[in-house]
Amino acid sequence: MPEEVAMREAYGKTLVELGKENKDVVVLDADLSKSTMTTFFAKEFPERFFDCGIAEQNMVGIAAGLASSGKIPFASTFAVFVPGRCFDQIRVSIASPRLNVKLVVTHGGITVGEDGSSHQAVEDLSLALSLPGFTVIVPADAIETAQAVRTAASSIGPFYIRLARLKTPLVYKDDYRFKLGKAVMMRPGKDATIIAIGIMVASALEAADNLKKQGIDCGVLNISTLKPIDEATIIKAATDTGAIVTAEEHLEHGGLGSIVSQIVVKHQPVPMEFVAIKDTYAESGKPAELLEKYGLTAKDIEQAVHTVLKRKKKP
Amino acid sequence: MPESDFKAKFLSVKEMEAVAKKLRRHIIMMTGKAGSGHPGGSLSSVEIITSLYFNLLRHNPKDPHWLDRDRFILSKGHAAPLLYAVLAECGYFPVEELLTLRQLGSNLQGHCDCTVTPGVEMTAGSLGQGLSFAVGVALAGRLDSQAYKVYVLLGDGECDEGQVWEAAMAAAHHKLDNLIAIVDNNGLQIDGWNRDVMNLDPFNKKWQAFGWQVIEVDGHDLTQLLNAFNQAKSVKGQPTVIIAHTVKGKGVSFMENNPDFHGKAPNAAEVQLALKELE
Repeated sequence: MPEEVAMREAYGKTLVELGKENKDVVVLDADLSKSTMTTFFAKEFPERFFDCGIAEQNMVGIAAGLASSGKIPFASTFAVFVPGRCFDQIRVSIASPRLNVKLVVTHGGITVGEDGSSHQAVEDLSLALSLPGFTVIVPADAIETAQAVRTAASSIGPFYIRLARLKTPLVYKDDYRFKLGKAVMMRPGKDATIIAIGIMVASALEAADNLKKQGIDCGVLNISTLKPIDEATIIKAATDTGAIVTAEEHLEHGGLGSIVSQIVVKHQPVPMEFVAIKDTYAESGKPAELLEKYGLTAKDIEQAVHTVLKRKKKP
Repeated sequence: MPESDFKAKFLSVKEMEAVAKKLRRHIIMMTGKAGSGHPGGSLSSVEIITSLYFNLLRHNPKDPHWLDRDRFILSKGHAAPLLYAVLAECGYFPVEELLTLRQLGSNLQGHCDCTVTPGVEMTAGSLGQGLSFAVGVALAGRLDSQAYKVYVLLGDGECDEGQVWEAAMAAAHHKLDNLIAIVDNNGLQIDGWNRDVMNLDPFNKKWQAFGWQVIEVDGHDLTQLLNAFNQAKSVKGQPTVIIAHTVKGKGVSFMENNPDFHGKAPNAAEVQLALKELE
């Protein structure tokens, strides 16, 4: 089993490094700094850390003001509150003026677990992706998280980075180099391509291993940057393998599956299947139980590959 | 930019009265030409913004992003015609441009957009967001040991928004004495009088309870406004709010206290009538 590390721990540690490197890096939180792990930065740089209390709309506005004055603000809370609790503030105060605010949110998806549906962000990516000018990243592990956060700090413009709550298997080694807007072919394949984001990348790799034993050669593509998305690599995957399955810890509509299908249908129409949450809110439960009940396991990805292959055109 | 290059023209009260009348005429002509816009809440804020731009703000129209400038943030973004008029009169862009308000391709959007209009600090239009933004600008100024002051203008109806009070709490928490808010308290919002739509009273006590110093003035009296701003600038350890009692539509008899002119432009005949009153 690969080592498991929490993305948010990598986020907290990277913020401290960035704080040392650049005095303009400032961090805001909305009373969840111990959970988002911005508390590491708060301890190191108390004068550059602003706990806004339980007031996400105000946090977003303050971040916008700091950015307009030359600061590089990272604002964090749970994915269910940003963007959901303050969408209009993000739209008017950050997206429209294209301000340099980095929204890094944790506890994305249903693996939040026992806290239940009020705390499980399943539509956050749809909201974030809808904002013109925003860059949206969903890292696959802690190593990619650290690099994506660094990239956000050194790039101009608004970012939305969505992290998971749980410790997540490392799918990369330390020498991995994240490239903004570039998807990563985790393993090549001939029969179909699984396109995944976030924690579903590890599950996609597991599914591809199992399928290999059944004689099916499946590629796995980590999208990393959801927006701007790597169209060329998606088109190539559709061309090379002729069948695509997307996998995301998010609602089926408005996230990865929607974007990929738009690209595929326009440039290289091939059969597709979608591993995602089906137009519903989830419930309390252990993360593993929820992934199983709502169809987000490696087994579900395997099943989707079998289904898509039945519809694939024979050469 | 060194201080020596900073050229602000500070005017006397008498000179500012003439400027205020000119700004009112711009507002009528701009909204009349556009056929839409918000004359009422623009007219009520005229003296507030005149006193700031012509007697208080350290700013440089030739260098809108001058780092040491005082910041003026318009939170009630529908008063854009007024802000554009004052920026043009200060020299941020040609006065002739004012009549392009709300037209396709114009730098003068229906509500303020900082990406296209020189001198506009914040994109606004969805109410309740400017005070939070101003808190961020004030915190940045403190972090950078900058001496600039941050002025933010809100509408009274805007204070229905919960975010205003989140920001009010934060400004007092951080003891932001470089932050001065002004509320254009004209008493009216789109659906009628504040007291009938959503009662704000006791308004001054609300701000006090949130930790702010409160000063109340006649918002059309330039001398009172200047005194209030100077008093606010000397306060230490807390933010100040100036509650400016104003009349919506001020200066045009048929617009005064008439909520219909919140978001409706005067027609051609009304423009002529208004301009006659503002001669």
